[in-house]
Amino acid sequence: METQVKLTKLAACAGCGAKVGAGTLAGLLEGFKTRTDPNLVVGFDKSDDACVYLVNEDTALIETTDFFPPIVDDPFLYGQIAAANALSDVYAMGGEPKLALNLLCTAPAMTGEMVREVLRGGYDKVYEAGAVIAGGHTIQGAEPLYGLAVTGFARPDRVLTNSAAHPGDVLILTKPLGVGVLTTAAKAGLVEPPVLDRVTRQMAALNRAARDVMVEFSVHSCTDVTGFGLLGHSFEMAQGSGCSLHLTAGSIPFHREALELADMGFLPAGAYRNREYAQVRVAPGIPRAMQDLCYDPQTSGGLLFALPEREAAACLARLEGAAQVGYVTPPGDAALYLE
Amino acid sequence: MKQLDARGLSCPEPVLLIRQAMQSGDACYEMVVDNHAARENVTRYAEHQGYAVTVRQEGSDYTLTMSR
Repeated sequence: METQVKLTKLAACAGCGAKVGAGTLAGLLEGFKTRTDPNLVVGFDKSDDACVYLVNEDTALIETTDFFPPIVDDPFLYGQIAAANALSDVYAMGGEPKLALNLLCTAPAMTGEMVREVLRGGYDKVYEAGAVIAGGHTIQGAEPLYGLAVTGFARPDRVLTNSAAHPGDVLILTKPLGVGVLTTAAKAGLVEPPVLDRVTRQMAALNRAARDVMVEFSVHSCTDVTGFGLLGHSFEMAQGSGCSLHLTAGSIPFHREALELADMGFLPAGAYRNREYAQVRVAPGIPRAMQDLCYDPQTSGGLLFALPEREAAACLARLEGAAQVGYVTPPGDAALYLE
Repeated sequence: MKQLDARGLSCPEPVLLIRQAMQSGDACYEMVVDNHAARENVTRYAEHQGYAVTVRQEGSDYTLTMSR
């Protein structure tokens, strides 16, 4: 849909790049009085993608929310991407989304038709996910925002946290990196339409297929790669698991157009926040632009999961576009290595 | 030396400003930015174009001198 108003011009930050740094967030929440509940099996303390509440011995409830400013100008695609991104946290926990609530902030410059298209994009993805939008909340504000609060379910023994990788596991990433760089450069009109098209389709793609494959294997740990970038989310997995994660730069999939654009300084500010947050031991000789892509905030990025090495080949054979990007060892000098 | 002020601009605008300025092909440019990301991004762009970059911090601003 062609529109006069460019959605991405209405926001200072784009997509998951708008996310507040992990370190900042931890500081803000420090010292609060909180209750504990034995049925809350995954809470905020583990920096996981969603919280998990044990309903009974067969059912775990997964709850999450995510919203962000426009990452693309097309309102329908923006709605699709924001919804796919919000649903992804449930997939990252190994669950299936069932219910969603719209979270929408409209900006004065948006026409009624644009607002409708954003919502239509969200409905489209939630429908594709097999879930239902049961309501929501809409306000007016300075900048557009859209996302969902999502409820999903999983069997309690099949919930996948981001803090349970085992030494001997290998790491699989299901979508290529470079989304933050390419959408930043696109704001400057420096990305060819077919490339932007490819990236947009990737962001709008649900992580459902990857989740459905993943749960058929002995996956130990999973997260989705979003605002904190590959290294930020890997760092959380390493710390939570009490292991060291080793990422192999040469095997990490990325959009090749993003590499030169990173070298030219088209990095979203979030990439630098991620660089400060994730403590990574980087091997000498890895080009700065490649490192930058590993810190690049991904909007609606892929799943990153850890599974025993013996199952990796069979799992990869069923995942289009996925790659084995590293491995897990007992804790070493550093929690995270980029080699 | 061409002088540019990119304070108050968010990425990718400072990079676009230096990119446009460098089309004149001068040997030296100076740009003031007010955030870490802009400092890093403008440095990357200038280095990509073959300029050497030095950074001077003044309060919360950074002055980047780019020369070749």
